[in-house]
Amino acid sequence: MIDAIYNWIDNRLALSKSGRHLLNKIFPDHWSFMIGEIALYSFIVLLISGVFLTLYFVPSEAMTIYHGAYKPLDGMRVSQAYASTINISFGVRGGLFMRQLHHWAANIFVGSIVVHMLRVFFTGAFRRPREANWMIGATLLILAIFNGFLGYSIPDDLVSGTGIRIAFSILESIPFVGTNLAFFLFGGNYPGTDIIPRFFILHVLILPLVILGLLAAHLGMLVKHKHTQFKGRGARNDNVVGSPLWPNYAAKAGGFFFLTTGVTAILAALVQINPIWQYGPYVPYKVSYAVQPDWYMGWLDGALRVMPSWEIHLPGHMIPNVFFPGILLPGVTFTLIYLWPFIESKFITHDYAEHHLLDKPRDNPMRTAIGAAVFAFYFVLFGASSTDVLANYLQVSLNVVLWAFRIACIVVPIVVFPVAYKICLELQHLPEAGKRKRHMIIVRDEEGAYHSVDSEEYPGYVTPELAPVQIEEVDLSPEISALNATATPKDTGVYKIPRD
Amino acid sequence: MPDVTEEHPNLESVSLDAPQFEVAAKNVKRTEYVTFGAFILGFIGFAAFGAAYTQNAPTYMLGLTIGLGLFFFGFGLVSWGKYLMPQGPFSEPRPLMETTEQERELLKADFTSRGKVAIKRRSFLVKAMAAAGGVFGIVAAFPLIRSLGPLPKNSLMTTKWRKGSYLTTIYGDKVRPSDLEVGGIVTVFPEDDLGSAISQTILLRVKESGPIVTMPGRENWAPDGFVAYSKVCTHAGCPVGLYEHLEQLLVCPCHQSMFNVKDGAMPVFGPAPRPLPQLPIYIDSDGYFRARAGYDEPIGPGFWTRGGTA
Repeated sequence: MIDAIYNWIDNRLALSKSGRHLLNKIFPDHWSFMIGEIALYSFIVLLISGVFLTLYFVPSEAMTIYHGAYKPLDGMRVSQAYASTINISFGVRGGLFMRQLHHWAANIFVGSIVVHMLRVFFTGAFRRPREANWMIGATLLILAIFNGFLGYSIPDDLVSGTGIRIAFSILESIPFVGTNLAFFLFGGNYPGTDIIPRFFILHVLILPLVILGLLAAHLGMLVKHKHTQFKGRGARNDNVVGSPLWPNYAAKAGGFFFLTTGVTAILAALVQINPIWQYGPYVPYKVSYAVQPDWYMGWLDGALRVMPSWEIHLPGHMIPNVFFPGILLPGVTFTLIYLWPFIESKFITHDYAEHHLLDKPRDNPMRTAIGAAVFAFYFVLFGASSTDVLANYLQVSLNVVLWAFRIACIVVPIVVFPVAYKICLELQHLPEAGKRKRHMIIVRDEEGAYHSVDSEEYPGYVTPELAPVQIEEVDLSPEISALNATATPKDTGVYKIPRD
Repeated sequence: MPDVTEEHPNLESVSLDAPQFEVAAKNVKRTEYVTFGAFILGFIGFAAFGAAYTQNAPTYMLGLTIGLGLFFFGFGLVSWGKYLMPQGPFSEPRPLMETTEQERELLKADFTSRGKVAIKRRSFLVKAMAAAGGVFGIVAAFPLIRSLGPLPKNSLMTTKWRKGSYLTTIYGDKVRPSDLEVGGIVTVFPEDDLGSAISQTILLRVKESGPIVTMPGRENWAPDGFVAYSKVCTHAGCPVGLYEHLEQLLVCPCHQSMFNVKDGAMPVFGPAPRPLPQLPIYIDSDGYFRARAGYDEPIGPGFWTRGGTA
């Protein structure tokens, strides 16, 4: 029966051939390739838990009197968005678990995208032919951050409402279009009544669709290019070495999906996140102390805090303070991320060849040092988003903490760059660096003498011996004689032959 | 020792259970037990979730049961795949993406030669089509953008504060000097705009009595120890909700800008670039606070069309 159905389908769609190809698809084994998988799996968790939440959430700013399971809010005038989120948390069976699962999965989603991106960056996996896929990945990161912010905003609680107010201020700061843009998005001057429904439809329909489409393109390109791989174990530029999709990776990756989901569910069960009933409903003239956004907005919040109080005044116009940390900084950041593959090949490596073998971070010290310094900068900004909490915790003045971060976001990258560069150079000269040490085993022979021997090699930890490679013969004599002709007599030693 | 010239079998040519492919488990029996145990624990977790759900158990029970179930189920699958399935490594060829000059030329030739046949000497058709399509592209965007909201016009420049507006609390009570102790603050609105995000104003009692001159030219703006400022931060628009009574600083809790109350709410710390606008107030003959006029500058954070004055 199943055979008959399969035959019927296959005779109409001819799946067998490509299907066999897919079953045999080889996945290289390395732990760092699982980070992107975490992102994919948390996205699936987001879709499933999100569908559950949309069944109960009411995206409306219309006011209602709350009467429900959560007694401290009984009789309060709140928006329907807020009331329905409280209802999901307390009135729907399993609702609070689903809300916390959704929120945790969102945090893990963005986090794993960032770590995946760092992995791709430091191993040079973005190089030709994967530049376009790198840019798709960067777009996915932007969309994930945006969609996370939208989802965080729609329950209409006091903390996220303040975030929406800041978003309006950042939008209206954009030169030329800012004021209109803010009015069009919010349907009028702040706060208006349209923003929750609009954020909602963006959050549950439009952005997820775009993310889904780009994700398909991301994975499609991955199948087309096949995976990158580290050197060793016979890995070459023109092959893929590892284990097949069926059955090895079906079990491993499938199992990893359940592991990721399981850990997210345990977090959702035990670690409270976004308890909006404690924050209260959004009221424009109220504000909460020590308000912080979700972690992935932290670098922007920190940038808003450390930015000096500058504004640019022009005749009839102005460039407000928040433009610089709120628009210019992320704009420059993502432009650099998009262009990095091209910047690197043009200015650093001068390498335009196709690469399927990964670098270790030490192999390209300049890239690694730049990446480390830039990441350190954003990490300092991230820390700066908790200036008030730190000042409280350390019992020092806010002034001191703020200035420490202002100085740190300049000094730390300057220090990190040469340190990372030097570490790379040092590691290059330690061929065993980063490998597990082999045990020393003491054995006793028949005569009673003791010897020490090394334990067996760990699989995958072998040092590949360099095989002789045929080098193409190049006749340089015309170029050298040309150089000799132009050289002055006292020039001796090595000439650099100009290359095109 | 393997080297870079090592070749691995391709799965299309070899069977997975060929004897040279060993499993990674050192002790196969023990690994089988562990994997079996993991699936059993997964089973228990899922079953416990079912029970917890029907009993309407608290959130942590629901999450913990299904979370542990998923975790152990995944653990079993991974341990099966990683330790009990024959390990390669296997290899498959990877065609490089590079194309040849000839392939590209062929595509180009097809495209241009057939295109020329289609166009022939009818390039006026191309132009007409481009014109029509271009106009469509532009007008299609109109309703998508312009319908979204009104134009800002003057709305960011003004508030509902007028000459004679009463300073009213959120409950609709007009504020009198006796309502506040020294060091007290209250959020006030014009009586026709209660709860407004834009008009919100903070009224402070700085001292017992006597006018406060926060700046030259504001001699009669702050009578009897009271002063009123816009509550919308000039940095990013948060309500400036904290008052440090001892140092007489208004503090914005979002990004910690501080404004000196006695000095026209000049920013003394943090990212805020401009002072909070001051609302000129007086006490009328009935003893109520009223606005002498509206704000003399746009309140809140800067925006592109705000104008150049500081």
